[in-house]
Amino acid sequence: MTETQTEYSFEAALNKHHLFLKPLSLETLQINITKLCNQACLHCHVDSSPKRTEQMDERTITRVLAILAAHDEIKKLDITGGAPELNPYFDFVVKEARKLGKHVMVRHNLTVQFDGNPQTGESKEYLPEFFAEHRVEVISSLPYYQEFYTDKQRGLGVFKKSIDAMRRLNDVGYGKPDSDLMFNLVYNPVGAFLPAAQANLEADYKRELQEKFGLTFNNLFTITNMPIHRFAESLKRRGGYEEYMEKLVNAFNPAAAEGVMCRSLISVGFDGRLYDCDFNQMLEMQVKTGVNGSSRTRTIFDFDAPDLLQRNILFDAHCYGCTAGAGSSCGGTTA
Amino acid sequence: MNYYESKDLARFAEVGKFRKELMDKFFDYYGEATGTDGALTKREKALIGLAIAHFKQCPYCIEAYTTQCLENGANPDQMTEAVHVASSLAAGMILVHGVQMQNVLMKHDAM
Repeated sequence: MTETQTEYSFEAALNKHHLFLKPLSLETLQINITKLCNQACLHCHVDSSPKRTEQMDERTITRVLAILAAHDEIKKLDITGGAPELNPYFDFVVKEARKLGKHVMVRHNLTVQFDGNPQTGESKEYLPEFFAEHRVEVISSLPYYQEFYTDKQRGLGVFKKSIDAMRRLNDVGYGKPDSDLMFNLVYNPVGAFLPAAQANLEADYKRELQEKFGLTFNNLFTITNMPIHRFAESLKRRGGYEEYMEKLVNAFNPAAAEGVMCRSLISVGFDGRLYDCDFNQMLEMQVKTGVNGSSRTRTIFDFDAPDLLQRNILFDAHCYGCTAGAGSSCGGTTA
Repeated sequence: MNYYESKDLARFAEVGKFRKELMDKFFDYYGEATGTDGALTKREKALIGLAIAHFKQCPYCIEAYTTQCLENGANPDQMTEAVHVASSLAAGMILVHGVQMQNVLMKHDAM
């Protein structure tokens, strides 16, 4: 048990509300294929940056595809990073997963289209056409519909570059009313406060981006900042960690807890280890199956679906981030 | 010790230690008036609250309503405009009393 777990016990909140959050399905396989990113954002729970070197290798990618092929119940492949497009096998895994009939989602940071690979210089300008050709769902972070907050969180110049990248996605059909190419945006607060109501913010984003830039998208997902890694460090530096945790704890919503994403998802690290979610992955809280004495950690190489559905999901203080207010997940609110 | 401590805001409910039923009525009324979407949205109410917080210069309310505005999707442009509304009303309230001054000047035949 960690120090934060003792102080902000998530299990205690579940017990208080008689909640037993067992896995419901393996609908989504989320793979984090690199920690390399062309950006280094303030809120990033992965601590990604242009200097990171972790990459999912060919053997692990091939195993992921074999698992997808063997399991019809896995409907979606959610590819994240870092900037996942900076993994050398990114195009391959997208193409092969689509051939298997899986719904493929990519967490695309927009600016990588122009920045390319910060270590090799490889261009990524082809991405909009590539995404469209393979009918990929594109999910992109845009912290606000104004320049100030976006650049504050993601770096100087990111807003303008993001707008240009969105235009290129719109140009190939993404986020258009008469198109089935899904383009969703992600909002997360610029600082230590909870997101506004998702529907209200979505209306603001749609109005502002349309009026000012002529841009369109499908849905806005609001996500709560997780009190781990880079964001937690920034809170602690400013003396706001306890206040933020208390805010999350006080906003615990049992309805949001019922819908947490770890109940229908398995997260795979770059080295093949399995986790309940991307946040647990960054905290190295690896999935364990089996009962007490015989319990053991799991990787993609000993993937056992029935066993995984019987596992106890691992919770800690950061889980309050997914259950505060209307809830938070990679697909937005959960309540 | 400062007269205003940020952490004291969290102790607001302790005022209900005595005559709790009065405090309960206040919190019910306050929650209904400020914390729900009605003819005004919660965001609009938060911006009004922020303007009043500045007008009355209440440090607790400025902290609470700055956060409330952010958590209801308001941005610094909108929040700053709300403060200017409060500020200009305050200025107007002083200036309009110039009419009283002129009334007295006239009474003294000095205008």
